[in-house]
Amino acid sequence: MLRFILHRLGHSLLLLLLVSILGFTILHLAPGGPLSQFALSPGMTQAELAKIAERMGLNRPLPVQWFDWFTGLVIGDWGNSFRDGRAVLDIIMGHLFATLLLVISSTVLSVGIGTLVGVLGATRRYSGFDYLATVGAMIALSIPTFWFGLVAIYVFSLKLGWLPSGNMYTIGDESVLDYARHLIMPSCVLALVQVAIWSRYMRSSMLDVIDQDFVRTARAKGLTRSRVLYGHILRNALIPMITLLGIQLPTLLSGALVTETVFTWPGIGRLFLDSLGYNDYPVIMGVLMFTAIFVLLGNLIADIVVAGVDPRVRLE
Amino acid sequence: MMANVATSEVPPKHGRWTSSRAIRRFIRHRLAITGLVMITAIAALSIIGPWLLPHGMLEIHIIDRFSPPGTDTYLLGTDEMGRDLAARLFMAGRVSLLVGVAAMVLSTLIGAVIGLVAGYFGKVTGTVLMRFTDSVLCFPQIFLLLTLAAFLEPSALMITLIIAATSWMEIARIVSAEIRSLRERDFVTAARISGASHSWIMFRELLPNIVGPIIVAATLTVARAILIEAYVSFLGYGIQPPLPSWGNMLNNAQQYLDTAPWLALVPGVAITLAVTSFNFIGDGLRDALDARSDTP
Repeated sequence: MLRFILHRLGHSLLLLLLVSILGFTILHLAPGGPLSQFALSPGMTQAELAKIAERMGLNRPLPVQWFDWFTGLVIGDWGNSFRDGRAVLDIIMGHLFATLLLVISSTVLSVGIGTLVGVLGATRRYSGFDYLATVGAMIALSIPTFWFGLVAIYVFSLKLGWLPSGNMYTIGDESVLDYARHLIMPSCVLALVQVAIWSRYMRSSMLDVIDQDFVRTARAKGLTRSRVLYGHILRNALIPMITLLGIQLPTLLSGALVTETVFTWPGIGRLFLDSLGYNDYPVIMGVLMFTAIFVLLGNLIADIVVAGVDPRVRLE
Repeated sequence: MMANVATSEVPPKHGRWTSSRAIRRFIRHRLAITGLVMITAIAALSIIGPWLLPHGMLEIHIIDRFSPPGTDTYLLGTDEMGRDLAARLFMAGRVSLLVGVAAMVLSTLIGAVIGLVAGYFGKVTGTVLMRFTDSVLCFPQIFLLLTLAAFLEPSALMITLIIAATSWMEIARIVSAEIRSLRERDFVTAARISGASHSWIMFRELLPNIVGPIIVAATLTVARAILIEAYVSFLGYGIQPPLPSWGNMLNNAQQYLDTAPWLALVPGVAITLAVTSFNFIGDGLRDALDARSDTP
């Protein structure tokens, strides 16, 4: 197990290096590169810019500059916002709670519904329900998240008046119930795509297990249908789904950005879009790198959990 | 031969098995055909539609602003400036479909070449290329796209390039995995012994064997590219007005949701229909082309 963890850790570190090189390259695509914040201010002369470049060490060879940037990334020195001068990492942490609340609640929702739909589809393969679930998932995957959000707002806020159309809480009333009321629509909207993906994978994961020898043995022993289904098939079918949780993280975060925009949810996605509007490059780069590292860590944790649950994985 | 026997699933009761398989084939086929008909209709409307309508997409009729669908000559109503929504929808269709298809062609090209080289050479080259692919996949696509779109000059061409640059990874993975399993086969060894060059083996011997999975992945990539374009354009960093796209038509729709819901409804339905069509077609193609997934 230790060998497996070390191996996966090394793999993730290598990926982190590559991710940072990519990020560094993107940083230099910005107009004026790292100098852009100074180049934009009025009355700046070329000579002054050159001096700043010298002071920031931009005349050094690129690999040296990258190394500096990378160490900054690792030790948490992510620079300061152009807008208010606050440390980028602090700003991101301030928005993390809202995004986590949204992402976790919609994941719980989609894992629950998706597992149910997947299991029913696999156990009643080629039934009417199975076809409906298949076609439904394909359509769900085709609906733009933000549009689905708009339709939900139209129906449930504007027409029926049941739920608030945006924000995380009502000012003055910040009870748990108030948070919950604000959370319902965004997390359901974000969950739509995830339910579709999860139910498809769950179905095929179930089908992979159903035909294996140990299932036949369990049936031959005379175990009841439900014992075999829940005790043997479902438990094994869920293992690859842990990996899927990690793999789906980028899609989930992308969806969160769009959902947060539609529902003015004060998370990382909104922070990112606001920063884009202000050309706040340090925050833009900060959020971009944060999401990539988030994905990397998520996948690492998922892999380690899978290896902990399933000894077969460790041998590979 | 042995492998086939080992992987075959045990058929359930005989009668039900045959009939449900027939139903499945039928429905699967119907889905793909439905998708094909839908997308043909959408494309045809987008191409010839603007000529059939009495209003141009940029004509402003301020008196008729916010006309609901079906008012006078406005088939789908008008927007906040009194422009004909139908005319804009069809023009936007041209833009969105073109961007989607062009981005698919480019990303398929990039993905196929990277996957082919990585899978064929393996070892260091393959590892480096596939780790690079993995590292691009760490970035959530919308975040990466928006950053690039904000840093670079936004234009329809640039958006297409950026979408392609952020969506080739899956195809690269599929191709590299397929090639790795094909590489050791006898026909490759035979080609090598007879003196074929690396590029000949890659493009003439190996590539034709994986056209099926590539076509399937490419079809699904069109669906995703149309969606992604809609996302970035909705957020204001994609196709820029006055050039309409399905995504940027929805950009303003949220603030008029109460007074003019059709502004949000119409482009959203168009996007959903177009993307669903490609997903349906992709599913049908997978059944038709990917022999393994459907062999009982």
